[in-house]
Amino acid sequence: MTSIGLQHYLILAAILFSIGFYGSVAKKNGVAVLMGIELMLNAVNINLIAFNRFLNPDVSVGMIFAIFVIVVAAAEVAVGLAIIIKIYRERLTTSVNDIDWLKW
Amino acid sequence: MIKIAWLLPLLPLLGFVVISFVTKRLKLLSALVAIGTMAASLIISLGIAYEVLRDGVTMESPVEYAVNWLSVPGLTIEAGILIDPLAAVMLIVVCTVALLVDIYSLGYMEGDPGYSRYFSYLSLFGASMLGLVVANNYFQMFFFWELVGLSSYLLIGYYFGRHSAVQANKKAFIANRVADFGFLLGFFYLFLMFGTFNFGELAQAMPAHANSAMLTIAAILVFIGPVGKSAQFPLHVWLPDAMEGPTPVSALIHAATMVAAGVYLVSRQFVLFANAEIALLVVAYVGGFTALFAATIAIVNSDIKRILAFSTLSQLGYMMMALGVGSVTAGMFHLTTHAFFKALLFLGAGSAIHAVHSNSIWKMGGLYKKMPITTWTFVIGTLALAGIFPFAGFWSKDEILLVTRDAGFTGLYILATFVAFLTAFYMFRLIFIAFFGESRSEHEPHESPLSMTVPLLILAVFSIGAGFIGAPFLEKAFWALVYYGKPHHPVPDLLVMAVSTGIALSGILLAWLIYHKKYISAEKIKERFLVVYTILENKYYIDEIYQWFFDKVVLVISSAFNWSDRNLVDGAAHGISDSIRAGGAKLRYIQTGSMQNYALVIFAATILLVIWMAIPVLGGI
Repeated sequence: MTSIGLQHYLILAAILFSIGFYGSVAKKNGVAVLMGIELMLNAVNINLIAFNRFLNPDVSVGMIFAIFVIVVAAAEVAVGLAIIIKIYRERLTTSVNDIDWLKW
Repeated sequence: MIKIAWLLPLLPLLGFVVISFVTKRLKLLSALVAIGTMAASLIISLGIAYEVLRDGVTMESPVEYAVNWLSVPGLTIEAGILIDPLAAVMLIVVCTVALLVDIYSLGYMEGDPGYSRYFSYLSLFGASMLGLVVANNYFQMFFFWELVGLSSYLLIGYYFGRHSAVQANKKAFIANRVADFGFLLGFFYLFLMFGTFNFGELAQAMPAHANSAMLTIAAILVFIGPVGKSAQFPLHVWLPDAMEGPTPVSALIHAATMVAAGVYLVSRQFVLFANAEIALLVVAYVGGFTALFAATIAIVNSDIKRILAFSTLSQLGYMMMALGVGSVTAGMFHLTTHAFFKALLFLGAGSAIHAVHSNSIWKMGGLYKKMPITTWTFVIGTLALAGIFPFAGFWSKDEILLVTRDAGFTGLYILATFVAFLTAFYMFRLIFIAFFGESRSEHEPHESPLSMTVPLLILAVFSIGAGFIGAPFLEKAFWALVYYGKPHHPVPDLLVMAVSTGIALSGILLAWLIYHKKYISAEKIKERFLVVYTILENKYYIDEIYQWFFDKVVLVISSAFNWSDRNLVDGAAHGISDSIRAGGAKLRYIQTGSMQNYALVIFAATILLVIWMAIPVLGGI
């Protein structure tokens, strides 16, 4: 029986990141876009923990970094959801296709 | 008085300011301000002349003082006063004529709506002319040179409601601009060579470069200024048209003083020309040619002021010729006497015009019965101009003829003698037609008021007497004061005197025969020489040639420049901005505003960056 090694974690993280990226650029719903971003951040967290565990198990810098990412992600979600709610109240839509006011 | 010479230009300038801003509504007061300031200037000039004689100020040891007007590294411009006998003579001429013209204008301009404006301009002219005379450097001189041009422009266009006056003042201004540009280039060139504008310093530096090409070019460029201001051929065209201004203005500016500024400029820095022989020859021949050229036109003209204008051209030509043959004395002497008798003639003409309301000599006739003072003072002025003994013109004209002959210019001497004949002829033609014979006027002429006749009488006295200041039998006279190099006592030459008097008398006789006794029919002569007559009548078609030149040559060239400016220069500038704008219009579509789009681009770019950074790690391509 083969044990689970570093590359399994990295493949998982890559799959998760790709799903998250797809969600964030392809989904119409703003909330789904935020969820995609969350997935990408968590894929990064998996990477950080995995590298910490397999390459340098004596220090815990990777875990600390992951915790920071989680904190930042929480803040980002709070702000992102607040923006989407605000836009919904203004325009009665959460579709990112309609949110294109940044152009010329 | 020399110490307060700086007041000379300031007093009339003050008059100009006061009239323009304070007394504009009070007409008589305006006139009195102008007369008062000019009278004060005359007193100062007389004081200066007295001190020049008393203290023995000579051409070599002038009184000069100056302040720095502008001082930056490499360039110092002074504002200063330079008094020598030359300036003193010129100051008296300018102040006397200006004061008499001011007084004359009291009566002449009576009832004119622009009375105050007229006197303010006259004061401005006085200020600029006096500033020009006392200038001690080229820059200051140029400054006032332009100001006299400006006041001349304003006064020619004084009747600005009249189209011809507006045309005339534009013509005068443009012709003078052309000339002033030459002058400007000339003294800038001198500044480049010697690093100073000051007359005295330049005079010291010049002899070392005698007859060099640089000095010759500079002298000819400087001479272009006087060609315009003193109306020498080929820039003479503005002066006859300048007669559109009020007649006293013609007397003051366009006969006696401003047009003499060119002669004065050449005399002021004569060392420049004396050290450039070719330039001196140019001066002599331009002067001689102008003298003949203008005199021939005057023969057929019928406008009293224009005849006098062409006569002025001719006499200025004489002065230039005298300078050109190397005699500042003769040129300035003729300038002095000419200022008096030509002012007299113009003021007399003004008086006649005032009476008959026409400029044409054919509309006058028989004025001597109704206007004795005007007629007889006019005759005195004419005799002086024709050079009849003992009137002023006799002495100065003879001196010019004498120096021309003595300098070895036999051709110019014969030409000048012939011009003396023409002068006598056309002036007496004018006299016989306008003042004698039958009256042809539609108005009943009457003698002018005292304010007009008194200046005439004073000028008549000068026209008789002014010649004696330079009469050759005096021991110490004009030549001992105003000269270049060393004073030259002219030896009276009876032959020259006899020839010039004889030829002038024959001119008068011919005019008398043709226009008074009518023994010779003017009509027949005209028909016989119709071609010549037509050419003269049209002033050698110079105006037409210039018109053609501007229409066909200058306009074509400038329209080519116009085209290239609009299409090539503007085209390039517009092309650059248009292409940038068009490019921007296309490129803006990549800004979709959709966040997902941007995220995709950022991600793709990150991938590419990572690949690019990974290439060396992976061992190159």
